[in-house]
Amino acid sequence: MKRCLVLIILLLASQARAELVIEITQGRDNPTSIAVVPFAWSGWGSAPEDVADVIQADLQRSGQFAPVAREDMLGLPTREAEVYYRDWRTTNVEYLLIGRVSGGSTMTVEYELFDVYKQERVLQGEATGPAEDLRMLAHRASDKVYQQLTGIRGAFATRILYVAVTQRVNALSTFRLMLADADGGRAETIYESNQPILSPNWAPDGKTIAYVSFETTRPAIYWHSLETGARAQLTNFKGLNGAPAFSPDGNSMAMVLSKDGNPDIYIMDLGTRELKRITRHYAIDTEPAWMPDGRSLIFTSDRGGRPQIYQVDILSGQTERLTYHGPWNARASIAADGRTMVMVQQADGQFHIAIQDLVQDRVQIVTSTTLDESPSVAPNGSMLLYATKYGERGILAAVSVDGGVKFRLPSREGDVREPAWSPYLDNP
Amino acid sequence: MKRFTVAGKALSVIFAVLWMVGCATTTPEPDTSQADADRAAATQAAADAKRDAAMAAEKKAQKALEDAVAAAGNVVYFDFDKSTLTVVTRRTLDAHIALLKTNKDSLRLEGHTDERGTREYNMALGERRAKAVKDYMSVKGVSGYRGEAVSYGEERPVALGSGESNWSQNRRVEIK
Repeated sequence: MKRCLVLIILLLASQARAELVIEITQGRDNPTSIAVVPFAWSGWGSAPEDVADVIQADLQRSGQFAPVAREDMLGLPTREAEVYYRDWRTTNVEYLLIGRVSGGSTMTVEYELFDVYKQERVLQGEATGPAEDLRMLAHRASDKVYQQLTGIRGAFATRILYVAVTQRVNALSTFRLMLADADGGRAETIYESNQPILSPNWAPDGKTIAYVSFETTRPAIYWHSLETGARAQLTNFKGLNGAPAFSPDGNSMAMVLSKDGNPDIYIMDLGTRELKRITRHYAIDTEPAWMPDGRSLIFTSDRGGRPQIYQVDILSGQTERLTYHGPWNARASIAADGRTMVMVQQADGQFHIAIQDLVQDRVQIVTSTTLDESPSVAPNGSMLLYATKYGERGILAAVSVDGGVKFRLPSREGDVREPAWSPYLDNP
Repeated sequence: MKRFTVAGKALSVIFAVLWMVGCATTTPEPDTSQADADRAAATQAAADAKRDAAMAAEKKAQKALEDAVAAAGNVVYFDFDKSTLTVVTRRTLDAHIALLKTNKDSLRLEGHTDERGTREYNMALGERRAKAVKDYMSVKGVSGYRGEAVSYGEERPVALGSGESNWSQNRRVEIK
């Protein structure tokens, strides 16, 4: 199978030092050719964002589209009346996206998508929001275009959390919890510490998060509102306090505590702060993740000798093992479809991301990097982000769920790790 | 009873005479107060020397224990994915235990792993290692109440980079 050659795309620099750069390493055969023409701008001064460039990069990153370079565009239409299909047919462009950006403190992005061969408009829409969210409006347009052309809901207008580390050995390292758009744009520091931060996790409303911080000199779970910046320490037990996971309805949180002798899974009611113990086994039970119906958890346990994935019914406590492929499986999570399980699998000393279809019981390794961890699936189930090493640096990487599309996201400085992909977001 | 009283009086006279005779038979000696003082001083000096020697021996023993701990170091190491104590680890811990039995210091045992594997599983593995050390010390007489086991998982490596030469340095428990 032919592979697309390596393409390097550098994002425009943003203020944070730990912002991500995207390097596409593999795309699909026969990507769809699309021309995303620079959008018209009718506001004051020059456009604050190159909306067409954001959309084009989104589509290219999906691996399924080959955007046309601007210098190869024979025309620059911004309205339907200016579209000459002949200009695009001659260069085998299949789709044409044009649009207009307008507004001041509130912006509107209007877009129109044309099928070049059928010579007709197939999609028209607009996105409106505050000026500082213009990039997100562009991502919303990408979502709609992607959905129109693939049938799958787009996940470009989403955000990611990750941890950026400036590691020093004999001095204090700096740990930063970062929030960025799913394309790495608008990266900002949400929390900074000289003690470790790990396991960031999104609440289903996309407005609050949880993570583990060592700021008290012991690991503890924190709740943090992205809107207000308010933080609350949820646990303070001796031993492990880790792996927070909001339930699908947002009312509880699964977590790992070792206060009762060894690491076990608990569920905390976020309203009452009461704990319910879910596993009772002397082995290590950790890394809980929820099934979309909220009725069971999957988790990592080495009760069988080495780490494997198990599923426990929350009401009955009945537990069964899920992974029988590979000697070592950990950190599993389930996509929204309820059947695609993503995890880390180790074999021969190499750690890859593996995907198991729970219905058909097939397992596929989807990465060729060898020190992989922390996979996080996009809300549309099409791509996943994970952490790995590239040379000596910690980077993020992305791969489509079928393994056909890959790209890397190293940071400009330091190491990055622990990505967490947000749910679909209501507001930009 | 008259007879007793007479006998009692006689006895007490006899005893008094005897006592006076006893005292009287202590012949007045030449003045030995200086010799007495010397002897007392010598006894005291001997006692002091004995105490000093004991303290010195104790200090020497204590220093030996501290030297043994310094020589053994504050870090013990583990094999990949394991929390079992090696022979070298146990000898190191024995040195610490010997010293800890002479004081009331509390400890913090910090468990670590190398970078391989998933972060939260490594948090649990780091804790398992710290607890293995704590349990060994407890069995050998250092009460569990004195120590706290804290895991840093893979978050605080001492050796950055991949490969076994780095990984083996990171799979450790630090005794603080």
